[in-house]
Amino acid sequence: MSLDRVMGEGFFTTTIDALMKWGRSNAVWPMPMGLACCAIEMMAFAGPKYDAARFGSEVFRFSPRQSDVMIVAGWCTYKMSHAIRRVWDQMPDPKWCIAMGACASTGGMHRCYGVVQGVDNFLPVDVYISGCPPRPESVINAILKIQDKIREEQSLELDY
Amino acid sequence: MKSDITASLLQQIRNFLGNDLYDIYEEYPYPLIRINTDRLHETCRFLKEKLHFIYLNDVFGTDRFTSEDRFEVIYHLISLRDQQRFFLKVYVDEESPTLPTVTDIWKSANWNEREVYDMFGIRFHGHPDLRRMFLPEDFKYFPLRKEFPLLGVPGSLELPNTTPDHE
Repeated sequence: MSLDRVMGEGFFTTTIDALMKWGRSNAVWPMPMGLACCAIEMMAFAGPKYDAARFGSEVFRFSPRQSDVMIVAGWCTYKMSHAIRRVWDQMPDPKWCIAMGACASTGGMHRCYGVVQGVDNFLPVDVYISGCPPRPESVINAILKIQDKIREEQSLELDY
Repeated sequence: MKSDITASLLQQIRNFLGNDLYDIYEEYPYPLIRINTDRLHETCRFLKEKLHFIYLNDVFGTDRFTSEDRFEVIYHLISLRDQQRFFLKVYVDEESPTLPTVTDIWKSANWNEREVYDMFGIRFHGHPDLRRMFLPEDFKYFPLRKEFPLLGVPGSLELPNTTPDHE
């Protein structure tokens, strides 16, 4: 006896894990940490031309408590790093991080004493985007990478 | 080609300073002079009160990296009446890098002098609030000096704690 005959029509069966992955990966709301010119490309990413709404990421949450992925867009000074880490710590788990552009990934052309040489010095970065600044397509690509990552990892921790 | 206003300006400066006017750099489009450090304050007062340079645009330092007269501080002045720019330059020694403040003449010099102190360690005698401008107050180095390493001294600027409070 198959399950659909038990439950009748209009039902399907799946695992809770797959359902949660499906939900999470299609509503990755970004926390915009716009620090420099990359932020302009990040805005274009959310705007109508590139239309991040196709991937469920159009809602820029300006509160860390409502967001899932932090996009660090631009170069980060030592002074700013404390504020970024504070915002990051306020984001609820599970959370992901995108280092957007050369400066956020490695320090880029700002090779000097006041700029952190890559935000991975104090944040767990999941996806790095190259470019100076990257085009909005690259940011969409990064969001898709994050979605792949969400679908691959286990969303539930079961206490056996 | 220098205008008549510039020429008369330089003549008045020459009359005021005499032998304490060390150099006039002719190759620049705006008048740039170097004067005796001891007469900096009274020259600034003269420039403001007699020659109407009421607007101090900028104060900045440079490190020449020479054994004597290592630093120089440059004052960028503007006369709105004459539509004229003017640059004034003094040399500062490395042993005791101290200059008289000009905050009593132009109030806008306050933050500019703090920045020069922050970057080069040049102290301004008589400044009302000589603290660091951009860097933390316990920072021990002066980053625009030539001997300061490009990427800074490791550990001198703090990174945030990467362990959240609840873990």
